[in-house]
Amino acid sequence: MPDAPGLELLAKELGEAALETVYFRGRATLIVDPQRIRWVLGELRARGYRFLSSVHGVDHYPDEPRLGVIYELLDMSRVDRVTVKARVPLGEPVIDSVTHDGSDGPGWPTANHQEREVYDMFGVTFRGHPELRRILMPEDYEGHPQRRDFPVGGEPVHFTYNDPARRAASR
Amino acid sequence: MRRELLGAAARDTSATEAEARAEQGALRVRELTASQLLRVSDLEGANPPAALEGSDLERNVRDRVLTTTLDKAVAWARSNSFFPLSFGLACCAMEQFQTAGPRMDIARFGYEAFRASPRQADLIILAGRVSIKMAPIIRRLYDQMLEPKWAISMGACCSSMGVFNNYALVPADKFMPIDVHVPGCPPRPEALMHGVLKLRKLVQADPDLGWRERYGALGTEEKPLDA
Repeated sequence: MPDAPGLELLAKELGEAALETVYFRGRATLIVDPQRIRWVLGELRARGYRFLSSVHGVDHYPDEPRLGVIYELLDMSRVDRVTVKARVPLGEPVIDSVTHDGSDGPGWPTANHQEREVYDMFGVTFRGHPELRRILMPEDYEGHPQRRDFPVGGEPVHFTYNDPARRAASR
Repeated sequence: MRRELLGAAARDTSATEAEARAEQGALRVRELTASQLLRVSDLEGANPPAALEGSDLERNVRDRVLTTTLDKAVAWARSNSFFPLSFGLACCAMEQFQTAGPRMDIARFGYEAFRASPRQADLIILAGRVSIKMAPIIRRLYDQMLEPKWAISMGACCSSMGVFNNYALVPADKFMPIDVHVPGCPPRPEALMHGVLKLRKLVQADPDLGWRERYGALGTEEKPLDA
């Protein structure tokens, strides 16, 4: 982890793309502008954070902007981690994909499936993703089940006592 | 004191002698049965069967011939040689493997032939949770199995969805007929064994198990091609 001053230095180097820094229990977190996520990750890669160890989503219901995308970066030579968070509004949950290579630098191929999972579970659309479709739920599934306002679902269980047909059959 | 001990020893000896006599009696009975069997086996050799007449013949038939219906004989054979499908969904599958392992040894009952193809299997054990994405695939496997076929729902998840009663899962009863539910999370191999033996009992009593009535599937019977 960068220590707290190190995190502030990192944020300063990122300029206005870094909206906020959080240093909590030894974990350094940068909250960044979702419009510039590709640039931010590129800058961090140039500073040694070359491994994207995880991409995941979060729902900050009922706060706005509601949906979050979290990138965990790892510098494997210094064993140093930094968390990058971006928040997107529910009305327009769009953020640039970091999967593909672009004019602004190389992408992170590992983000491919993880971005698909965030899309599947939270409904965040990744602009420019090579194949953005559901990965866990069936293709014809409606809704994004990990959102906080999504019903938990489940089926009423058919035990003998609450199913008249079976009750009759079991006699 | 010494005399008493000797007396006890003497009593012991007499008891052993009695046992030995009883054993001799049992031996005698066994000898008699054997000679009877020998006499009967003579029928196929030197003495023609016509030598037995009247009550002798009746007794011979009663001792040697077992009558049953073809249905029952077939059900007996089927129920003692289920071919389960090699199929596991989640953690219950580990317990399912153990049922085939040496401690439970499913082969004792003739169910060890786990088939890799649904077309060769007549028993599907749903060992684990069934997601709504997996359900059509399982239904397809089940449809590919040839009748008569049976299904065991193993564990809480695929019977009642257990701790995963949420958007992602579906209970097995919703999309295919289940004959035996084995409770547990996961059930121990003994429990699965008990379930399979329950199924054996059911099949011996009624090979059809009436699942078409229970699931409203009358008229879906497989018919020969020329019918």
